[in-house]
Amino acid sequence: MLDQQTAEIEVPEAQNPVESLLRMDRMPHIWCPGCGIGTTVNCFARALEQSKLDLDKVAIVSGIGCTGRVAGYLNLDSFHTTHGRAIPFATGLKLANPDLKIVVYSGDGDLFAIGGNHFIHAARRNVDMTVICVNNLIYGMTGGQVAPTTPVTAKGTTYPYGSYDPPFNLPYLADSSGAGYVARWTVYHVRHVTKAIKEAIAHRGFSFVEIISPCPTLYSRRNRLGDGLDQMKFYKENSEIKNGADTKEVGMDFQGKIIVGKFVDRERKTYRQLMNEHLSNVFGEQFTPYEG
Amino acid sequence: MKADKETVLTGAHFIDGDHAACEGAIAAGCKFVAGYPITPSTEVVERIALRFPLVGGIFIQMEDEIASSIAIQGAVWAGKKAMTVTSGPGFSLMMEHIGYAAITETPCVFINVQRGGPSTGLPTLPAQADMMQARWGSHGDYEIIAIVPNSPQECFDLTIRAFNLSEEYRVPVLVMMDECVGHMTEKVVIPEARQIDIVERKFTKKPPGEYKMFETNGTMVPEMVKVGDGYRTHLTGLTHDEQGYPAMSPKVQQRMLRRLVDKILLNEEKIRHIEEDHVEGADVVVISYGITSRVVLPAVNKARKEGVKVGHIRLITVWPFPESYIRELAKKVSAFVVPELNLGQIVHEVERCAAGNAVMQLVPHAGGAVHAPEDIYDTIKGVIEHA
Repeated sequence: MLDQQTAEIEVPEAQNPVESLLRMDRMPHIWCPGCGIGTTVNCFARALEQSKLDLDKVAIVSGIGCTGRVAGYLNLDSFHTTHGRAIPFATGLKLANPDLKIVVYSGDGDLFAIGGNHFIHAARRNVDMTVICVNNLIYGMTGGQVAPTTPVTAKGTTYPYGSYDPPFNLPYLADSSGAGYVARWTVYHVRHVTKAIKEAIAHRGFSFVEIISPCPTLYSRRNRLGDGLDQMKFYKENSEIKNGADTKEVGMDFQGKIIVGKFVDRERKTYRQLMNEHLSNVFGEQFTPYEG
Repeated sequence: MKADKETVLTGAHFIDGDHAACEGAIAAGCKFVAGYPITPSTEVVERIALRFPLVGGIFIQMEDEIASSIAIQGAVWAGKKAMTVTSGPGFSLMMEHIGYAAITETPCVFINVQRGGPSTGLPTLPAQADMMQARWGSHGDYEIIAIVPNSPQECFDLTIRAFNLSEEYRVPVLVMMDECVGHMTEKVVIPEARQIDIVERKFTKKPPGEYKMFETNGTMVPEMVKVGDGYRTHLTGLTHDEQGYPAMSPKVQQRMLRRLVDKILLNEEKIRHIEEDHVEGADVVVISYGITSRVVLPAVNKARKEGVKVGHIRLITVWPFPESYIRELAKKVSAFVVPELNLGQIVHEVERCAAGNAVMQLVPHAGGAVHAPEDIYDTIKGVIEHA
């Protein structure tokens, strides 16, 4: 009798808890073992689930590179655009359909080297979108060249003797360009990352989340920093949470302390609000607002 | 489908080509324009900026032409008709996204008011030297459609046609104006909205789950969706399969690229737009396009008065090139004369299609002004003497 009962118990098939948000027909993904991008995707998916948004109205836009592939794995309206141009594509998408929630998801090289100009202008305009930057301090897909985020003295294939090219402090850049929400976490801080993404998505206007993430294949190995797990231990031991920190003070040195936290949270009128309010004042009833 | 009478500026106007192109875009249903200032095209977007708040459109001045040329594609995938406007240096920056529009089959319109180049060149003076760039400027194999107006009236009419063709074939359509046509002021008659035919986007009727992004079902052009309708599609500039997923193999590349090219080339006769004048029985035929076609007129008239059997063909669509048309014509005439405001671009296409069946004579001009009609006349006389 007991045996029969046991036989009748259905063992649930192991399922990824965020599977409904993934394009399972595209798995396995391209990311290396120990890479942090998958962790950020997991956090993003959980944040989206918790946000209770209508997911048919969420669009994700990526540029090119390892993180640029995120759009292709998410079961959302998703766009894999050209190198550095996710933000202006997203600007057109958002302005043309204001009902959409737009997330730009890309890497540090894509967003801040070739795409740097677009980033500062979208932040300045306060176009309503969330930009998630997975910052692995290097160009991964092309094979380990230095990025505008690579700390000085770290090695990349194009600065083989160590970089002397001063990097950006991304939260400071976002803050000074006008972003309304700015946070930085590492992939060690999964709950904080999830919460930050949730807050950034809920924020009206331009929001920015930087996630420090290991590239074991091309950054850690060349710089003799161990594997992905070693990097996670490093993040655990060397991160310091400082919510509200002055973004000027959060620049990163090679293997130095990583200041994490929510740095900026302020309201500004969005580009669309500014446009509609101004044109309504100018034209009065003659103004024909864009209907979307 | 007809144009929206609330937005069409019906009536007779005295406006320049840039302004007429703006009105053409509005009549065509364009609701989103992104641009960056550049001479001699800026008047198009300046007028858009003036008019859009009254007709429910959005204009945004982007940080550069790269951003402009991809912002419009975001707007297209939100379901709107969109365009950008530029001139040579900006056109160079937009090449990246002409390629993106080609591989993703994003219908959109690019207006290039051509000026002298290379580089900064002659900002305020005309040229027709971007004709090959229009065709080949982005890397890789692809096809586009390029239309060349020769008057403000045509800037209006052909901008509408550009939008219509872009929707019909899901392809970037380039309106290749030039500084003369852009800044020339003439009478432009804008018809009533009900007389303006508009091609609407073909959105799929299939439910999500059954729809595939690039499934063609026997047609050459797949149906579209827009963001927010629940299809949750994926679009990429990588080589992709019918689902729209990246699939980088020689087989998928061959199938995708073949269709991108064939949907235009196999419809060349339908897209073709040519104006013929005295071609029947001509010994010599002048082939021109854009502003140069108007400089040809006094030259051919003078030659005809002297008894020369000279015809004139104006290419209104330059790309796809009317290959079979020129090939057949080359068998009937003794010579082609090709004046263009460059040092030889479209003449090479004519020569290729003529395949040695007719004598070929370019009338080059480095740009900065139009040809002197005498130069074209002298060339016509010259080929007659040597034919």
